Amino acid sequence: MELFINILGAIVTFLVAFIVGMTYGGLNRKITARVQNRKGPPFYQNFIDAFKLSSKETAIHHGIMHYLGPAFLMVSSVMTLLIVPVFTNNGWFPNLNFKGDLIFLIYIMTFGPLGMALGSGQTGNPNAAIGVTRGLSQMVGFEIPWVMALIALMIQYHTTSIEGLMEAQAQTGTWFMFSSPFAFIAAILAMFGMFRYSPFDIVSAPTELASGPASENGGKYLFVMMSSGSVFTFAKLTLYVDLFLGGAANLPVLLLKTFALYLIPILYGMTTPRYRTEQAIRWFWGWPSFFGLLAIIQAVIL
Amino acid sequence: MYNDKNSQKIVDYIQNWTRKHSIWVLAYGTGCGAIEIPPTMTSRYDSERLGIRGAATPRQADVLLITGYLTVKTLKRVIRVYEQMQDPKYVIGFGSCTINGGMYFDSYNTIKVLDKYLPVDVYINGCMPRPEAVIQGFVKLQKRIGEGRATGAKHYKENLEWYRANQKKIIPNWVMPEYNW
Repeated sequence: MELFINILGAIVTFLVAFIVGMTYGGLNRKITARVQNRKGPPFYQNFIDAFKLSSKETAIHHGIMHYLGPAFLMVSSVMTLLIVPVFTNNGWFPNLNFKGDLIFLIYIMTFGPLGMALGSGQTGNPNAAIGVTRGLSQMVGFEIPWVMALIALMIQYHTTSIEGLMEAQAQTGTWFMFSSPFAFIAAILAMFGMFRYSPFDIVSAPTELASGPASENGGKYLFVMMSSGSVFTFAKLTLYVDLFLGGAANLPVLLLKTFALYLIPILYGMTTPRYRTEQAIRWFWGWPSFFGLLAIIQAVIL
Repeated sequence: MYNDKNSQKIVDYIQNWTRKHSIWVLAYGTGCGAIEIPPTMTSRYDSERLGIRGAATPRQADVLLITGYLTVKTLKRVIRVYEQMQDPKYVIGFGSCTINGGMYFDSYNTIKVLDKYLPVDVYINGCMPRPEAVIQGFVKLQKRIGEGRATGAKHYKENLEWYRANQKKIIPNWVMPEYNW
């Protein structure tokens, strides 16, 4: 019976993540449109797009790995989602927490893009190959401040589990955003690269690379990629809220906090044109890594 | 898509509704009409409010927009792009040149009637059609999709020999992969 409830809860978690992520994507398009002084699509436009993509016939075949690429993305997103605690007191939302899940998370979050890289490598499309090299280079860039921020937290609070970090925040009563500000800054700056919005949209680079790794993927492939991206958006934002904003007790608080975080990369992207690959990597290895280093020094001294 | 009873099922209604509100356009800039696409897509006329947005590659696109005159050399690439697109797919002939040749009516290296080579769902008249006219054309296409009457791709598959004969007549060196969908 408990197993059944857990499975049902996992499905509910996935559905919530899907709906929230898709709506955030739609709101992103709407906000972009309003900033550019136009009406823009309705906020549910992403749902329409997703349904249309899933109802398109898909007769593209480039081999087994090409089929598996979007599936790897989905697996990575769902595993991230199930490891991140959605609420402070879980209730309906089970998760696969264990000691050291933060280290596992660092690994599993890069697993999806790597699988996608293999998948789009098999299509033989030159745009896909360029997109993959750019994506992996960018990952090398933003992973360094991100991992530095996480290691600083681990050193400072002597735990490698997300629930442990959330308990530490609940006990001290202050969010890590205030008690470890350098780690927060480094993580937020790494988030720009993680979301791949402008100016770090060098991977899918519209009008330049013809959507990069996704250039041979239409129809149902794109549907899977889109839904996995939405789920991943929700999982990442929830992780940030858990780590730095003290978690959330219920859904409205969670939505408020995640959307406030989500606005940062969107609004930054609207004012900044796209970087070249080497500029992006240099950006991540500059100030974000510096703040990551400061965070580690602070963690060691305190 | 109509069934035997000449009516649509509820699934078709839903699918057609999503299809008509999410049109991803591959604006193949064949001719001078391509210059009318940026104002249509950007802030002034904002076609995204109707769900119309650009697609990067043929694999992701729903609509192939033939913008203006089509030379024989370009026609070969357009056919290849069209056959790489996934069903359901639609073609919009844009400008007078796709209807009857327009000002290139006596040119030796442009095609005159696009419908002989690709199944056109909607024509947009004008030389050049303004963005208002382009959006009008898209609304017309949306209406046809909603009614299930935008069946150009189906017609193309059924009459492939006729289209192939026309295409091969005008393209002398036909070295193209054969698609079987």
